[in-house]
Amino acid sequence: MPDDRVVVRTATVEERVDAIQAALDAKGFDTRKAVEELEHKAQEEWLPRNGARMVARAWVDAEYRKRLLANGREAAAEMGFAMPKHHRHLVVLENAPKVQNVICCTLCSCTAFTLIGLPPDWYKDLQYRSRVVRESRTVLAEMGLALDPDVEVRVWDTTADTRYMVLPERPAHTMGWSEERLAAIVTRDSLIGVARL
Amino acid sequence: MDGIHDLGGKQGYGPVHYTLDATAFHNAWEVRVNSLYAFAVRSGIFNMDEYRHAIERMDPRHYLAASYYERSLTSLATLCVEKGVLTREELERRAGGTFPLSSPSATGRSNSPGRVRFQPGDRVRVKLDFVPGHIRLPAYIRGKVGTVVGESPAYPFPDAHAHGITAEDEPTYDVRFRSEDLWPNGSDPALVHVGVFQSYLEKAG
Repeated sequence: MPDDRVVVRTATVEERVDAIQAALDAKGFDTRKAVEELEHKAQEEWLPRNGARMVARAWVDAEYRKRLLANGREAAAEMGFAMPKHHRHLVVLENAPKVQNVICCTLCSCTAFTLIGLPPDWYKDLQYRSRVVRESRTVLAEMGLALDPDVEVRVWDTTADTRYMVLPERPAHTMGWSEERLAAIVTRDSLIGVARL
Repeated sequence: MDGIHDLGGKQGYGPVHYTLDATAFHNAWEVRVNSLYAFAVRSGIFNMDEYRHAIERMDPRHYLAASYYERSLTSLATLCVEKGVLTREELERRAGGTFPLSSPSATGRSNSPGRVRFQPGDRVRVKLDFVPGHIRLPAYIRGKVGTVVGESPAYPFPDAHAHGITAEDEPTYDVRFRSEDLWPNGSDPALVHVGVFQSYLEKAG
């Protein structure tokens, strides 16, 4: 006897991506070129080395540091780094021996991605988003950053279109290093604030 | 809306899966989804607030189970269907199976009347706003008192912008809260800063 039940399966996520791209193309949107261009930007241009270069410049140039803290967006543009139109404001958060800044986005996963790179998986996960605002020290310690009790933790939740980037402290052993050499030691996670250098 | 996306301060999610060399992408389709939604924004099919809200409108069970880029894909598809660019039938026929989309949108709202301009150092209270539409106010600061530490340039008001409602752009204020005030006896000591739209704030006593 033939089985006439309708089998309803959910399309796999890859089938769904292929379907929407093909459907948009069929409607006359030329997605191919735009996707290629955006994929290139996401993987080759929007990288943490941009933020790292800004930090290194701020370490060696006191005037640039002032401009960076006063208007991050202009200080980024000055070094040739663009931010999307809707990121109208970049606030740079200065660490100090007794101050640790850390950024997050509890509502989605916003970041200054053209400067610090598209966010790593853990930044977008439910665990980091739910816990870092409430259990900041515990979460940082779990991630390998154990802070003394007298270090003030400042958490920044990216709930609007203001973007944040942490300005880590310059390690003492780097006196006399070139800007280029300094930029190479600035990690993405130090720009997010879950690591110190 | 008090949705599943509003995760700040929620408990029970367990340790962060942290690795030093964590990547943004794990599969080629994820890079493609990220580019496709950005392409749709650039092409004027929808704006960023509509995009965020369509993620918030996902079935909570789907939201929790989906990866970040599956949520992105679901928002992209939902908005293309709602805007009349594509149909669900076409998507499901091409995909060879069902294509889960987000739930319909409720109504939005325009700016709050009588908005106040604040200065750094001002004490402010977050209004007790309960709305069915899009809002960028995390529930953990609702009704709480904090101190203004910064002001942004004016942005489109998300509660309106996600719903096609006309509104004035308005600034957001970086407001500093003490974690002890947000979760009395239930948090690590810290200063928690939130970017709060002007419409959500009033002067504290």
